[in-house]
Amino acid sequence: MTRRTLFSAFVTTVLPPVILFGIVVISWHFAVTWFRLKPYVFPHPLAVWQAMGADAPILGRAIVYTGSAALCGFGISLVLGTLIAFVFAQSRMIRASAYPYFIFLQTVPVVAIAPLIVRWCGYGYQSVVLVAAILSLFPILSNGTQGLLEIDPDLLDLFRLNNASRWQTLIKLRFPSAVPGILAGARTSSGLAVVGAIVGEYFVGYGSERFGLGILIETTINSSETDRLFAAILTSTLFGIAIFGLINLISATILRRWYDGPVEHRR
Amino acid sequence: MSFGTARPVLADVSCRIREGEFVALLGPSGCGKSTFLRLVAGLMSPAAGTLTMHGMAPSIARRGKRRVAFVFQEPNLLPWRTVADNIRLPLELQKVPSREHAERIVKSLQLIGLTKDDAKKRPRNLSGGMRMRVSLARALVTLPDVLLMDEPFAALDDVLRQQLNEDLVRIWMQHHWTSLFVTHNVAEAVFLSQRVLVMNKRPGTIVAEIPIPFSYPREPGLRADPEFARLCGELSLRLREAAR
Repeated sequence: MTRRTLFSAFVTTVLPPVILFGIVVISWHFAVTWFRLKPYVFPHPLAVWQAMGADAPILGRAIVYTGSAALCGFGISLVLGTLIAFVFAQSRMIRASAYPYFIFLQTVPVVAIAPLIVRWCGYGYQSVVLVAAILSLFPILSNGTQGLLEIDPDLLDLFRLNNASRWQTLIKLRFPSAVPGILAGARTSSGLAVVGAIVGEYFVGYGSERFGLGILIETTINSSETDRLFAAILTSTLFGIAIFGLINLISATILRRWYDGPVEHRR
Repeated sequence: MSFGTARPVLADVSCRIREGEFVALLGPSGCGKSTFLRLVAGLMSPAAGTLTMHGMAPSIARRGKRRVAFVFQEPNLLPWRTVADNIRLPLELQKVPSREHAERIVKSLQLIGLTKDDAKKRPRNLSGGMRMRVSLARALVTLPDVLLMDEPFAALDDVLRQQLNEDLVRIWMQHHWTSLFVTHNVAEAVFLSQRVLVMNKRPGTIVAEIPIPFSYPREPGLRADPEFARLCGELSLRLREAAR
């Protein structure tokens, strides 16, 4: 990538959200000053910045706890989602029977299944990972299944003409064709896994000895430390963006190296 | 021959293609040429009538000793594989011993006029004509007994199409596989084949069978021959009648 294209990418992708962030912070500053908002209702951006500085060690530890749970949950959903998609791609009957239950997993509120998770797995890290995995499973499963099934009919004919087995068709055609779909699902799932880990900490979290971002948000709400709450929320958001960016980067690298461009399909 | 419960796509189709013969199937768009080719390949089964390849149903012949290769309208290359790996694909699927792969891939590349450097490229880095050549090489690497081609050069410009027609004749002369070539281009049908079957619109049926008297090899100059022009004219007329 040349310096010119790097600069152009910076101007078109990085600069606009940074400028918007600056506008929001300035508006925030004037809103708090002009309307004389109470710090426990709406803290000044500077107070949030200071709280972030003061809480940096706690926030750092919280990111490690929440991040590792989110990544574990994401990893489980990536492997499990892909494997289930493999099974779904083999039979219309299996797909029709099981798909609604996975939609249920996607739509059921965590608060509704939290007691069950606690009963089965207890409070703690493993339950947080489970919530992150449940929340992030569906996009990978759904995109993966779609990718495995939406194959150019001519390519399927080519495999049939060469007497390919079902396994050969799966490994040499369906799976490679589905990788872009699985990666698209993984991009959505990565954000959901972070949300799942944070929300999971609320309901099935570690207790007071390990502070994840979810626990931190909950305790700062309870103690009315709104500046620290904002700092925790901002950190969670930045962390989510970082994870999303990382998965995007990995996905783009895989697609560029392995596929050398979009999958060629006849329309 | 017909299939399906609604209006048949093909009806009363009767023809015989001899071993090693090059036959072109000419017809207007939507007349069922591709369907006929898929039936011959054993990718579909007719609802009525019989179709045999060396005395067997095509799907059975294909699983036995008869090698059937198909060249589609689109190159349909796998973008995650290099040119060489795309050509290797049928060998992998047919479980041909891997020690034979390299030699057969090189031979196929030479046949269609691609270099060893081209073999390392991805399909994305090839032109439309090159991609179609790779698709042809992928079919030829299996050393087919029967080669079925479904308007493989339809998307290419005229010069490239003529070039590939000449290459195809040259390769066919070396191997003499039985060939059924679907096209709606009259000049292409005349240049390539020994016999042209003309199909009309739905239900598709064969309405004319025109023998092509030219001997092989066929040189580019053949296209300027008055007899070539006469045959093209006659076929064009038949095609126009069939399209009505």
